Amino acid sequence: MSHATAPLIEVRDLGVRLNTSRGPAQAVRGVSFALRRGETLGLVGESGCGKSVTALALMGLLPDSAVVSGSVRLDGAELVGLSDSSYCKLRGNRISMIFQEPMTALNPMHTIGRQVAEPLRRHTGCSAASARKETIALLDRVGLPDAAKRVDAYPHQFSGGQRQRITIAMALACQPDVLIADEPTTALDVTIQGQILDLIADLVEERGMSMILISHDLGVIAENVQRMMVMYGGTVVESGATDAVFMRMGHPYTQGLFRARPRLGARKGTRLKTIAGTVPELADLPAGCTFADRCGIVEARCRVALPAAVGVGAGHDVRCLRTDVSMADAAGAVRV
Amino acid sequence: MSAPLTVPADSAAIAPGASPATGFWRRALRHRSFVLGAALSLLVLGAALLSLVWTPWSAYDIDIASKLHPPSAAHWLGTDVFGRDIVSLLLVGARSTIMVGVIAVGIGLTFGVCLGLIAAARKGWTEELIMRMSDFTFAFPAVLSAIMLAAVVGPGMLTSITAIGIFQIPTFVRVTRGSANAVWAREFILAARAAGKGGFRITIEHVLPNILSILIVQATIQFALAILAEAALSYLGLGTQPPQPSWGRMLNDAQTLLFQSPMLAVYPGAAIAIAVLGLNLLGDGLRDLLDPRLARER
Amino acid sequence: MTVLDQPAPAHETPLLDVKDLAQRYTLPRENLFKPAAHVRALNGVSAQVTAGKSLGVVGESGSGKSTFARLVMALERPTSGSVSLLGRDLNQMPPDELRRARRDFQMVFQDPYGSLDPRQTIARIVAEPLTALGRMDRAALRERVATVLRQVGLRDADMDKFPHEFSGGQRQRIAIARALITQPKLIVADEPVSALDVSVQAQVLNLMQDLQDEFGLSYILISHDLAVVDLLCDEIAVMYLGRIVEQGSPQDLFAHGAHPYTRALLEAVPRARAGGVRRRRGAQPIASQSTGSAGCPYASRCVLADQHCRDTAPALRPVGQAHLAACHYAEAVMALPPAVAESG
Repeated sequence: MSHATAPLIEVRDLGVRLNTSRGPAQAVRGVSFALRRGETLGLVGESGCGKSVTALALMGLLPDSAVVSGSVRLDGAELVGLSDSSYCKLRGNRISMIFQEPMTALNPMHTIGRQVAEPLRRHTGCSAASARKETIALLDRVGLPDAAKRVDAYPHQFSGGQRQRITIAMALACQPDVLIADEPTTALDVTIQGQILDLIADLVEERGMSMILISHDLGVIAENVQRMMVMYGGTVVESGATDAVFMRMGHPYTQGLFRARPRLGARKGTRLKTIAGTVPELADLPAGCTFADRCGIVEARCRVALPAAVGVGAGHDVRCLRTDVSMADAAGAVRV
Repeated sequence: MSAPLTVPADSAAIAPGASPATGFWRRALRHRSFVLGAALSLLVLGAALLSLVWTPWSAYDIDIASKLHPPSAAHWLGTDVFGRDIVSLLLVGARSTIMVGVIAVGIGLTFGVCLGLIAAARKGWTEELIMRMSDFTFAFPAVLSAIMLAAVVGPGMLTSITAIGIFQIPTFVRVTRGSANAVWAREFILAARAAGKGGFRITIEHVLPNILSILIVQATIQFALAILAEAALSYLGLGTQPPQPSWGRMLNDAQTLLFQSPMLAVYPGAAIAIAVLGLNLLGDGLRDLLDPRLARER
Repeated sequence: MTVLDQPAPAHETPLLDVKDLAQRYTLPRENLFKPAAHVRALNGVSAQVTAGKSLGVVGESGSGKSTFARLVMALERPTSGSVSLLGRDLNQMPPDELRRARRDFQMVFQDPYGSLDPRQTIARIVAEPLTALGRMDRAALRERVATVLRQVGLRDADMDKFPHEFSGGQRQRIAIARALITQPKLIVADEPVSALDVSVQAQVLNLMQDLQDEFGLSYILISHDLAVVDLLCDEIAVMYLGRIVEQGSPQDLFAHGAHPYTRALLEAVPRARAGGVRRRRGAQPIASQSTGSAGCPYASRCVLADQHCRDTAPALRPVGQAHLAACHYAEAVMALPPAVAESG
């Protein structure tokens, strides 16, 4: 790409305050990253860790009561504080999103052709005929069999994997610069998951997009993105190149998440290493490190303030005060 | 596994103590539409109870000499065309209003809910039969059934109550069946079946409690509709018979004098509006308050 | 408690014996003048579970694994075939006897939010399988509820709370407590951890393992996740479009899988490790359930399929000791290098 040096999307110190049923909650704190064209970033974490809120903040889709702080720049233009009508011009046009549930993301009352053509007609103002042609080409590109024939079919006439292909076509209709995929394969079967991830990767490569892939599955992250951020309690606890992180996990939470997964070939009777306790409520996070209450190597100073990110390798940051212990301990944990 | 926008209250922090009952009233008093609805409904109920022991004047005594008096110290809201005291008429009228509402909704609720629950539990041709029958009943407007009933047994309060009650059954059947079907589709019903429970026990123990709040809200709406229907029937002369006062009858009587003394129509109209509004607000509030998910919050 | 008059199981009688089970659903009619279409959700499935051992059932959506679970639980009547628990056919029992027999087999569901009645207290929910059996002294009932709650790692004090006060993992513990309360011999768990977060999933899986060790339970574990099944089961059945295509010990299946579908499933699992370069797979068409072609149902997706596969459906046959596969070329498939298994 011609302007490969300047970041396409740059997020600095993003914070989101939400009103939850249990009072105001700091759902996201201090999230920063930058992506150039063609780069991919993975967000991994459990429910309530803030990964989806981060995505919605980038899309400008948070409820009105949410307070967003920090800065999000797309090609140098600030998005935080942008009016809803200006955001509407960006959504589906320059930033697109793929959702987890392909069935609920599609309107059951409209034909798929109409739904894929909608962003095209809204943002590019092309004629109905050319939008239809473009739609068929898109559906063909995402691997929908018989696209020309099935363009007038309704969502319920497709399988889950096919529906996800259709939502991808919708997201790609206007050739967006940034694609956010929020658990795009969680609702799909494992053999279909591979196909959909393949398709997304091909499209990202082909169109020089930046992609943010959100997943709870470390395997999906490991295989599909160049860089990753592990989120917990609204903060990024570890970030770095995917390979570097999987090679040397620095944060006790990342390590715990990794060890808790059941593994193929583990054999019956193997005990899983669990993380004690439960994911904290965003409304009552601990004062210091958000992971302090569940951490095996917590010290008094961990509870004082949110630890700063420490560099443990090139571009590999860990928000932990005890990386000396955690990373010595982890030496054998990441055997491949 | 994506982060919810509004984080639901669960796990860790569980409010200690606070028995559900005291919690209910504490939350109830903070619920604005419930408080307003309850106040208006209690006002109507209070009026009806008061009329049993005391009215400023007798609601039945005709005093042609003092007909159509404007409001005064003696007659707070004036008198009607027969010289009866409006306040007394309103108070006694509240009695028939409440009676009509309670009995008619009672009929509709009892039959409708039973039939709806059976339809949802049995499915198949039982459901078909119940639903088609209720469609058939629904096709007759309450006024028409009342006219037919009146033709057979003569007009009167009981006739109008029965007609309104029958008219309410299909609504309850529909609401009950619809919401019960949604409950039957849930996994905890499967769990109950796996435990060996039969259709009747599942209906009583799982389905009914889960649709209760919907039924209560529907009942308050139907109560309001019954009051309106009774007013309409009385207005047509098919409901409450003179000299028994009712709000609908008062409206009927005021009609001929609409240009002479328009206020005669306004008073019973306002009374009906207050009762209907109060019940609707009460229903709204109850729906929120009966949800255990909101029960122990904050 | 009701006393059951059970015949003492003979030594050969397996705990659960499923024979040639088939289930056909009628689809809603699309056209008044055409006969209604059918879906064969289950197509001649046989399996046995020995007391104390666990069977894993793996497959993708539409494979019939949830239908299998519902039939084993006698929540539906099969079109044909039989389900016998301790030698007694569940579908031949009078309703009252079936109700009493249910104390021996209980179920845990996938959705920890949907499977607990939001209007009931935990005590009522957990006690349900016992109260369904007959009247019971309230104090004894609460005592029993407290015991099982402790067994699944919850507190007695949780009894009088409502489901919404618990997290997903805790709710699944409650669901497990409900299944445990009758001291069953078999628990059918349909995707018990797929709705849970990774760290919580591990806690629940460990709990299920502990309970098996403690009470000698058998599980039928329905899952799409091979790793979960591998962890808890002695035997795995891989299902595809209503049939078992391969059955055997986890070791056999993972080291030398004999059916191409088993291998495809294993290879599709993303590996969490450094240098995990994605293996592009290329599009695969999906066969539909209603097509009644004569050949192997997997032929249209199979890389090894030839004309023989498309013409003749392979039968499930032994390919090793306690290892069955439904593939004409099972031996050739077994000789392939093992599907990548992750260790560590």
